[in-house]
Amino acid sequence: MRKVLRGAAMAAMAGLITYGGWSATATADVPETDEEIKLVIMGYSGDNIIMYIYGGLLEKLGYNVEYVPADYLGQFAGIEAGDLHIGSPGWDTTAKAALEAAWATGDVLNMGDMGIAVNEDWWYPLYVKESCPGLPNWEALKNPDCVAALATAETSPKARFLSGPIEWGGHDAERIEALGLDFEVIHAGSDGALTAEFVGAMQRQDAIVGWTWEPFWLSALYEGEFVEWPAYDDACYDDPSWGPNSDMAFDCGRPNGFMWKTAWAGGEAIWPKAYDVLRQYQLDSKTMGEMVYRADVDGVPTEQVAADWIAANEATWKPWLD
Amino acid sequence: MSIAAAAGFVEAQGMASRRARVLSPWRRHAWLAALALTAFLASFDTLMPWASSYPKGWVLHIERAITDGVKWLLKDASFGLFTFKDMTRGLGAALDAPMVALKGLLATGFTVPLGGESVLNLPPVSWLGVIAIFTCAALHIGERRLALFIAASFFYVALIGLWESTMLTFASIIVAVLLGVALGILLGIASWRLAWLDRLLTPLFDFMQTMPVFAYLVPALMLFGYGPAGALVVTLIYAMPPMARVTRLALDHVPEETREFGRMAGCTRRQMTWRIMLPSSRARLMVGVNQVIMLTLNMVIIASMIGAGGLGYDVWQALKALRIGQGAEAGLAITLVAIVLDRLSQRYAARRPRHEDRRMTLAVRNRFLLAAVAIAVVTTASSPWLPALAVLPDDLTVSSGRFWDGIVEWLNVHLGSAIGAVRDAAFNYLLKPVKNFMLALPWLGVVLTVAAVGLRFGGLRLALLAGGLIAFMAVVGLWTQAMISAYLVGVCVVLASLAGLGIGIAAAHNDRLHGVVQIVIDTLQTLPAFVYLIPVIMLFGVGDFAAMIAITLYAVVPAIRYTDSGIRQVPERLVEAARAMGCTRFQVLRRVELPLALPDIMLGLNQTLMMGLSMLVITALVGTRDLGQETLIALSKVDPGRGLTAGICVAFMAIAADRIIQTWAREKRRQLGIATGGAGV
Repeated sequence: MRKVLRGAAMAAMAGLITYGGWSATATADVPETDEEIKLVIMGYSGDNIIMYIYGGLLEKLGYNVEYVPADYLGQFAGIEAGDLHIGSPGWDTTAKAALEAAWATGDVLNMGDMGIAVNEDWWYPLYVKESCPGLPNWEALKNPDCVAALATAETSPKARFLSGPIEWGGHDAERIEALGLDFEVIHAGSDGALTAEFVGAMQRQDAIVGWTWEPFWLSALYEGEFVEWPAYDDACYDDPSWGPNSDMAFDCGRPNGFMWKTAWAGGEAIWPKAYDVLRQYQLDSKTMGEMVYRADVDGVPTEQVAADWIAANEATWKPWLD
Repeated sequence: MSIAAAAGFVEAQGMASRRARVLSPWRRHAWLAALALTAFLASFDTLMPWASSYPKGWVLHIERAITDGVKWLLKDASFGLFTFKDMTRGLGAALDAPMVALKGLLATGFTVPLGGESVLNLPPVSWLGVIAIFTCAALHIGERRLALFIAASFFYVALIGLWESTMLTFASIIVAVLLGVALGILLGIASWRLAWLDRLLTPLFDFMQTMPVFAYLVPALMLFGYGPAGALVVTLIYAMPPMARVTRLALDHVPEETREFGRMAGCTRRQMTWRIMLPSSRARLMVGVNQVIMLTLNMVIIASMIGAGGLGYDVWQALKALRIGQGAEAGLAITLVAIVLDRLSQRYAARRPRHEDRRMTLAVRNRFLLAAVAIAVVTTASSPWLPALAVLPDDLTVSSGRFWDGIVEWLNVHLGSAIGAVRDAAFNYLLKPVKNFMLALPWLGVVLTVAAVGLRFGGLRLALLAGGLIAFMAVVGLWTQAMISAYLVGVCVVLASLAGLGIGIAAAHNDRLHGVVQIVIDTLQTLPAFVYLIPVIMLFGVGDFAAMIAITLYAVVPAIRYTDSGIRQVPERLVEAARAMGCTRFQVLRRVELPLALPDIMLGLNQTLMMGLSMLVITALVGTRDLGQETLIALSKVDPGRGLTAGICVAFMAIAADRIIQTWAREKRRQLGIATGGAGV
């Protein structure tokens, strides 16, 4: 949005009347139309960078791009109706139900994964190791001193696992039971609340274990580690006999997930080249982590981070546009 | 005469209590029986287990039917030539048009195609021009101090680099407020004329004001479009009802003499409404306008989550990355927008027609407006060549940056253990016991107790209504969530009422304090809750305690406002008379001021309850497990029926409480011999 504004201001600066005429592009018939293509931005640095890079590439092709701020789960209603065109990637771990419901309508397309493996799991700041020696191995969480250190007024005598919003799922209550941990799951109602609680506790150096993910500014900005569980296996979630507890399922860590690109089905005919680019568009986890770090730790605006990536990686994106 | 008046008043009070309606003993004491039954059921829960906790097999799954209904409405409902969705979409596009125009004017400028490849880019009104227009508008109506305040507010948003966002928000707010006021007045007039419509609209308005927005967000977006139009519809649903209610109330209160005058002058019905009745109730109508503005700004954050952008997005984005200072800067800009709009409209409406000086020419009389237009035109026309006039250059903007984050961190590190102790004590000795108590109550006992209270204050109809509404929550299987909501809101309403009563009484007796309190409560009402909720979570952690602080801070506003204004409206002569009779200040307060202000105070309490319930949406975002949470889960599972069912429960809770309190307040007014009406918004 802001970019559009600045663009408008700059165009106005050059004089009241300017003449249109798009910059030279690879193929003569791209863009197919100057109809605005609406890209969702959610306000997280990582997701914003992904969308600004894609939008920047579309602008190189001459498309008329608009960024629309929208809510993570709310965006699917807009994409389904064709009010929004390109979704901000949905994470396997937190948006699976919403993604599948959206794809099932036939109005939302699955445009493949982003190539970025996302890790979402139990995370703790490094100093927690003092109360729970043996971490990151999960069995350290069984230590009574560790449980006492992690207990709060709400959960005492049990330890607290600070989870995300209840709708994110995660099977943590089942995991706790299956692995015989003395924990209780407390849900933060939103990611904002979750991170506020984490940072507050870390400022006070209070022991805390909670749900964090990568790539994300929290795990980039603060020193900490993910708990290491018995490795995930498909059988673990379905087959009780699998794993350390032979009577229960979920006695393992979480599966790794991916980020899924989505788009409005009706747009395929309007901006075929843009959709083609989206299908090919991929980044890797390491690059993503570095960009998120630049944005959140060094404070570089996400638009700038995206523009820098485009400037430095022509070899990567050139084939997508051709 | 004043002594006699006071003596008469005290006498009348005694009479009033003696004159109170004679209730049959069983009706007066039915609530005792209900309480006894509740205690009995709670202690012997094995006797009638179905009365203690509602059996799963009896749950009516209306959410499935609702989901099917919503799907039908979205996909299949049709009028033959066009579908229901086509109709709402058309409406959405019609709503979008004025907003796009105003946004173009204030923020984005216009691009006019001239045919072929050439376009004409028109810049938006320059920031200096906007400041000039609003400042001069205040000067034009002779409000120098307001003009100064407006100029300072706008310079603030330009200086912190939020000009574009503020103008986007400003544009959508102006459209929403104008539409809300216009629609509210029309509906208010219609329901004043047609009794059946009034009976239909009153509960509908209750629903619109108390249903958590997440409950109907997805259907509304599907129908009206994702983006500014959908956001506008959702905003109107929440912010319009007070205007309609106030209009209806105001028309009721037009003095008979005024109407008589209209009849003598030979007014038609239309002239009577628009030329006589509405203008003469201008003061009351402005209360509605104030509410529409405040509630519209309340929705700014949620509107930004669904594509409206502007300041709401800035707040949301800053707080997601825990940049408290930036969130607060943008939040403050929202508050300033609210206050500027509110004060300007209030003063404009309150302006008395002036005797015009014949010697002044038209140009002199309108000199401020002419100056504003001149400044706006000159700065805007030159803005393409002087970019500093289009947007204040980045190097001239300032930001508190990480300053506030540092303050919160300092508090957290140095006072962390004390804060933790307060939180744990509150949790262990207040929240946890009340919660466990509420959850242990047998559902049937609660339903019967509420019905008995309704019987005591109202009658059989009120008893059936209130009891039925509460029973609904058990029937649809949401009893536990409903009880958690009731516990959370109940605790907060008690705290907010006590605090509000104390602060309100103090503010009513001290003009300087009154001024300060006004600023604080205006800020609390418009500052997005998340701005203070995030630091509260950092200090106190997630969970019920943080939710309690947020609800209490928001709900305390009407408790203060109504107590303050209620006491201020007690006739001066009665207070003087009581003093002359030798009453101490405390006796004056207890014997004269509080009893007379009681109906107002009760209405304030009613609003406190409504505000508390409307905060359930926000508190769900900090991890409470109540009805608000249920609407959020439904949102992620794309299950509109589930969300709407939970939303209906919240609305029912509000309606049950509202009807009982209103009936009681009406009865009390009747006893005190005060005309009904006043601040019944």
